[in-house]
Amino acid sequence: MRNPLSERITTIQPSGIRKFFDIVSEMKDAISLGVGEPDFDTPWHIRDEGIYSLEKGRTFYTSNAGLKELKIEIANYLYRRFGLSYDYKDEILVTVGGSEGIDIAMRAMLDPGDEVLIPQPSYVSYEPCAVLANGKPVVIELQEKNEFRLTAEELEAAITPKTKLLVMPFPNNPTGAVMEQKDLEAVAQVVKKHDLFVLSDEIYSELTYLDKHVSIASLPGMKERTVLINGFSKSYAMTGWRLGYACAPKVILEQMLKIHQFAIMCAPTTSQYAAVDALKNGDEDVAHMREEYDGRRRFLVHRFKEMGLSCFEPYGAFYIFPSIREFGMTSDEFATKLLEQEKVAVVPGTAFGACGEGFVRISYAYSLENLKKALDRIEHFIKGLRGEI
Amino acid sequence: MEMREKILTFIEKNSRVDLKELAIILGVDEATVANEMAAMEEEHIICGYHTLIDWEKTSIEKVNALIEVRVTPQRGRGFDTVAERIYNYAEVNAVYLISGGYDLLVTLEGKTLREVAQFVSDKLSTLDSVLSTKTNFILKKYKDHGTVIAEKKKDERMLVTP
Repeated sequence: MRNPLSERITTIQPSGIRKFFDIVSEMKDAISLGVGEPDFDTPWHIRDEGIYSLEKGRTFYTSNAGLKELKIEIANYLYRRFGLSYDYKDEILVTVGGSEGIDIAMRAMLDPGDEVLIPQPSYVSYEPCAVLANGKPVVIELQEKNEFRLTAEELEAAITPKTKLLVMPFPNNPTGAVMEQKDLEAVAQVVKKHDLFVLSDEIYSELTYLDKHVSIASLPGMKERTVLINGFSKSYAMTGWRLGYACAPKVILEQMLKIHQFAIMCAPTTSQYAAVDALKNGDEDVAHMREEYDGRRRFLVHRFKEMGLSCFEPYGAFYIFPSIREFGMTSDEFATKLLEQEKVAVVPGTAFGACGEGFVRISYAYSLENLKKALDRIEHFIKGLRGEI
Repeated sequence: MEMREKILTFIEKNSRVDLKELAIILGVDEATVANEMAAMEEEHIICGYHTLIDWEKTSIEKVNALIEVRVTPQRGRGFDTVAERIYNYAEVNAVYLISGGYDLLVTLEGKTLREVAQFVSDKLSTLDSVLSTKTNFILKKYKDHGTVIAEKKKDERMLVTP
């Protein structure tokens, strides 16, 4: 029989998280700090709208780009929250989660050999998506000393004549890093100078704890070279609804729409109706959840400081990314031992790129009660490693 | 949110948090939290620290009733005098002045149905200004103080996700 597989797909490694998931699943009564999704339920009024749409029999396809009503609400929301002006008619596309937006943006923009700059540590799908879109991923290794922000110098150093697209994964999973206005301005200068495009994944834009999130698309001259990805998963605790959106200049968006049309048809209708309500009536829920995460974040930062574990203070998403270098083991070894000895699951930093070595990702999408229990165990673990007990 | 609102919002759900921890969570120093709490206790904004108990899960018998009371308000004092007469009884858990079909909502706790019924007929109904009462017994509590008490929620998320 012939090889049924394409060469390209076999070069892509499965996600490093998968392997760890299998180990954790075997472990009875482990406390996990390993999830990348909110612990809150979707607010009831949003779920209620989804249920109502089902009761009304709204079980048909929507137009490819999404419900008009939803696109209008997205445009209103982006203006209200981030001062962005997108035309709902041809600059907004409703997708199956932010993930689909990442995929189709790359497929719409890349030709074979085009280089895609991917700052890491970052979410696991940028690199494989770039490969699947015929692009060539080029990793920029972010530095802890810069609080894992992308600097203009790092960007400049990675650019070649083939560079076309820069991925901007901020607020960042797994580091919790944010890019403030001044950081973005410096990056935008370089982007414009080299005539690059930006794929800005702002799925955590509602979860910032220092200042309000700034979108790179809101900077002068950047909207026309930016594809903005956002969605409902993190801000409204709607991961399972699979709903996101992409905003881009018409010339890019209409090509993305083509792929979406043929590959997906449209995003789930029930989710779209629920999302209309989220945008109309959900601001308070978002604020409430942000406040909760912020309290947990401060608690974790404090506890890690007390433990003497080196960690920069993260101002975004719901992750904290402490360094475990002092223990002289790899992230993988650390995470595995922590799981075996204390039954606490964290994710090795290397799951998010090789430069995540020496770090672990800890999620605080858990109740304080749970976090406290887990932190006590982590403290016990590292005291053991240091020979203090 | 201002500091007082932050403190109150938090301790309304969890009054067992210790001051040091609360200060860390709110991102202020411990003295600030301690001072605000003391001031709010003094001003009787914080009126007590109670525990939410699902008595049904214990072997202790309790009967709760909501009693709708219609009364004649008093000249110059409105409903306050009669409300005070009622809330002074130890059996009475809460007294609210209500807009709508009746005047006072009284919640009551007793050991048995008979005990509650007796209180209503002997004590409450006989008050001069009480015109009528209607007693509703609570059969089951599903949610109280913003907390679902019927069942504890399980975390059904996958253990590790990117």
